[in-house]
Amino acid sequence: MPRELHLSVELGRAGHPSAAALTAAHWTDLIGLAEQGALDFVTLEDSLAPPPDDSGGRLDAVAVLARVAPLTSRIGLVPTVTTTHTEPFHTSTALATLDFVSEGRAGWLVDVSAGEAEARAVGRREPAPTPELWAEAVDAAEVAVRLWDSWEDDAEIRDAATGRFIDRDRLHYIDFEGPHFSVRGPSIVPRPPQGRPPIAVALDVHDSDGRWALAAGHADVVLLDAGEPATARLARTALQRRAAEAGRPPGTLRVLLRVAVDLGGRTGSLPPADTARFTGTAADLADLLADRHTATGVDGFHLRPASTPADLPTVVHDLVPALRERGLFRTAYTGTTLRDHLGLPRPAGRYARQTEAAR
Amino acid sequence: MTRTTTTTGTRTTTGTRVTTTTGGRRKQIHLAAHFPGVNNTTVWQDPDSGSQIDFSSFRHLARTAERGRFDFFFLAEGLRLRERKGLIHDLDVVGRPESLTVLNALAAVTEHLGLAATVNATFNEPYELARRFASLDHLSGGRAAWNVVTTSDTFTGANFRRGGYLDRADRYLRAEEFVEVARALWDSWPADGAPRTVRHTGPQFGITARATVPHSPQRHPVLIQAGDSDEGREFAARTADVVFSRHGTLEAGRAFHADVKRRLARYGRQPDELKIMPGVTFVLGDSEAEAQERAAHLRRQQVSPQTAIAFVENVWGRDLSAYDPDGPLPDLDPVPDSDVVQGWAHAGDRFGIAAKWRALAEEKHLSIRELAIEQTARQSFIGTPATVAATIDEYVQTDAADGFILVPHLTPGGLDEFVDRVIPLLQERGTFRTEYEGPTLRDHLGLARPGGEGRHERAASTPAG
Ligand SMILES: Cc1cc2nc3c(=O)[nH]c(=O)nc-3n(C[C@H](O)[C@H](O)[C@H](O)COP(=O)(O)O)c2cc1C
Repeated sequence: MPRELHLSVELGRAGHPSAAALTAAHWTDLIGLAEQGALDFVTLEDSLAPPPDDSGGRLDAVAVLARVAPLTSRIGLVPTVTTTHTEPFHTSTALATLDFVSEGRAGWLVDVSAGEAEARAVGRREPAPTPELWAEAVDAAEVAVRLWDSWEDDAEIRDAATGRFIDRDRLHYIDFEGPHFSVRGPSIVPRPPQGRPPIAVALDVHDSDGRWALAAGHADVVLLDAGEPATARLARTALQRRAAEAGRPPGTLRVLLRVAVDLGGRTGSLPPADTARFTGTAADLADLLADRHTATGVDGFHLRPASTPADLPTVVHDLVPALRERGLFRTAYTGTTLRDHLGLPRPAGRYARQTEAAR
Repeated sequence: MTRTTTTTGTRTTTGTRVTTTTGGRRKQIHLAAHFPGVNNTTVWQDPDSGSQIDFSSFRHLARTAERGRFDFFFLAEGLRLRERKGLIHDLDVVGRPESLTVLNALAAVTEHLGLAATVNATFNEPYELARRFASLDHLSGGRAAWNVVTTSDTFTGANFRRGGYLDRADRYLRAEEFVEVARALWDSWPADGAPRTVRHTGPQFGITARATVPHSPQRHPVLIQAGDSDEGREFAARTADVVFSRHGTLEAGRAFHADVKRRLARYGRQPDELKIMPGVTFVLGDSEAEAQERAAHLRRQQVSPQTAIAFVENVWGRDLSAYDPDGPLPDLDPVPDSDVVQGWAHAGDRFGIAAKWRALAEEKHLSIRELAIEQTARQSFIGTPATVAATIDEYVQTDAADGFILVPHLTPGGLDEFVDRVIPLLQERGTFRTEYEGPTLRDHLGLARPGGEGRHERAASTPAG
């Protein structure tokens, strides 16, 4: 039997009618459609920078996905949350909450804000060099994970005899200290359903070391930009090796190749540079994905449509059945959480073992 | 103080006021539902006590509130777990979601209910928070509200980049400037126009920004204020749409109501532009006696022996774990500047309170636990549905309040009985809505939409009723 692939789609990029993009119905319809196709997850790009002049505005991505969560039941919901200007404590609690309201379907696509516009809009700091921002993003991810782990899964005891609601020995200070922030903890939110919502990062083979450190040390999912199959194969191998060097068990990092797709016969709207690109029919795209899947060894794909409203129906109604015919894609969801879809185990908390030893 | 906010382009002016009472109609009651909090009002030992964190609990309570035609649903916030004697306080319910995210999800399972998040102005930045509230307002069709709180201690600051950087004296200066910047951002992108750049320079913030979203349905989410100091009341009079107050008794409520409403004129505002809603609890029964009995039982659940000791420790500032909760108060004196407890409201004059309690305990022969039960009682409406409805109505008609924020003691079913039994009686009295009259929270509260233009202009400027 062929190795199944993972399939995900970016929703935010382009093609949204401006007034509709501010309504819940627009996003609910799109994500509901992606769920009909049993996709692993959708990502929703976000930034604190002003949206392009011709756009009708951009809503907060966590807000949009939280709004859609109760109206969907299986699909993974992965917002971009940037780390440069946002408090790591708020990021951690917001994503934990997205995991609660979606009953285990949240993820986090980490990004930084390198732009001057964002820096002046927030007004707290000068723009900084990108490598420094990614080093800070690594710290923010570390803080988020520690906060998610800061409540052990069984911290709530409701022990009427002693009058205690929680066992405070199962709550932990995280005492993170870094050059940009220190955070005491514990979280104000109990451990989320997935333990840790999966962390994703997008990178290409030329990217600065900061992204690679985040990918190797913290990411569960890498969205890889690589134009050529040979490059993708090398990058994938390098990522797996770096993850192993960081002490991670094998099989805990999913590498998804990004493919910019235009299934509507339009031209000129795809991003340049080192990204795999495709324009054509769904059947041809299925061939290409099957081919790349074998040639590169990646775990699956992250499609970036030229126009989400135009291309997503084709992905769901034509591409997904074509992949299923080849035995490459699930016919229905087999699990309920995003970790289930990705085949990633629910991690034990980092503090749980210490307590075992101490008890 | 030098402080300027300019918005490039034309400035809009504030719209006209909405009248809530027409043709001798009785004053209408406003009601909000508080999700049970992380304090000892919330009973967790009860077999009916459900999860404080699962989304199903939030959905149940919000839908119950909407079934009862409540104005809004309310979430409190605490950014650090409370501690005593250097250890995390373990006697009360603890653990809650991040408010804005859970409210966006609730917007999917409700249609009319207002959605209020408590969010701190000290440990957030205006650009980001203004955007998050505008997003909630868009995604809920105009139902967002923000309860601006100002906690600024170093204890809470330990979870944030800047730590405890803000002097307590400056907490409202920052909040005030924060709201000013947020409103400038909310105003800066008309629905059918181009975004304008907001430039602000002040002691707290210096920003140059373009909003990422155009005007939301309410344009400005409803602003709630919940501080009680003189500065807090002044801030409310100047800027807020709703006050969440602690003054729930008839006398204290009237005094507070009069005091805050009197302050409005100074800012050119009318009395009905600010709604005063004290937080209250309630206990219902088929007879007065049964209600009282249920209330007494509930008080003992709320004040466990351990909670009673903890309560007295808050004032004494000492470890009193060796004391018998069913015995007398300690003879020891309080410690004035104790940091035994963190994350609670200031105890105030410890010696004075201790002396008062000793006298009271002596006079009424109260044990530590009995005293704690008596002293921690919040304003509570106890009685049959008929008397509770009549009392609520009386409080509102006599200006002890414009409505109430109801705090149920059970998650998630604590509001069911109120909605089933009390709401119909208030509706019969003609003082509470039987249907929502408009889509936005401003409509429910009878508040004008700032600017008087945009999608909901008509709805917002139609007199209620
Ligand atoms: C009824 C009421 C509810 C409050 N709820 C919260 C809350 O949920 N979170 C919070 O951080 N502060 C809360 N506060 C604190 C106040 O908002 C305010 O920041 C604090 O009381 C200091 O202001 P003050 O000195 O004017 O009272 C509450 C206050 C009152 C009176």
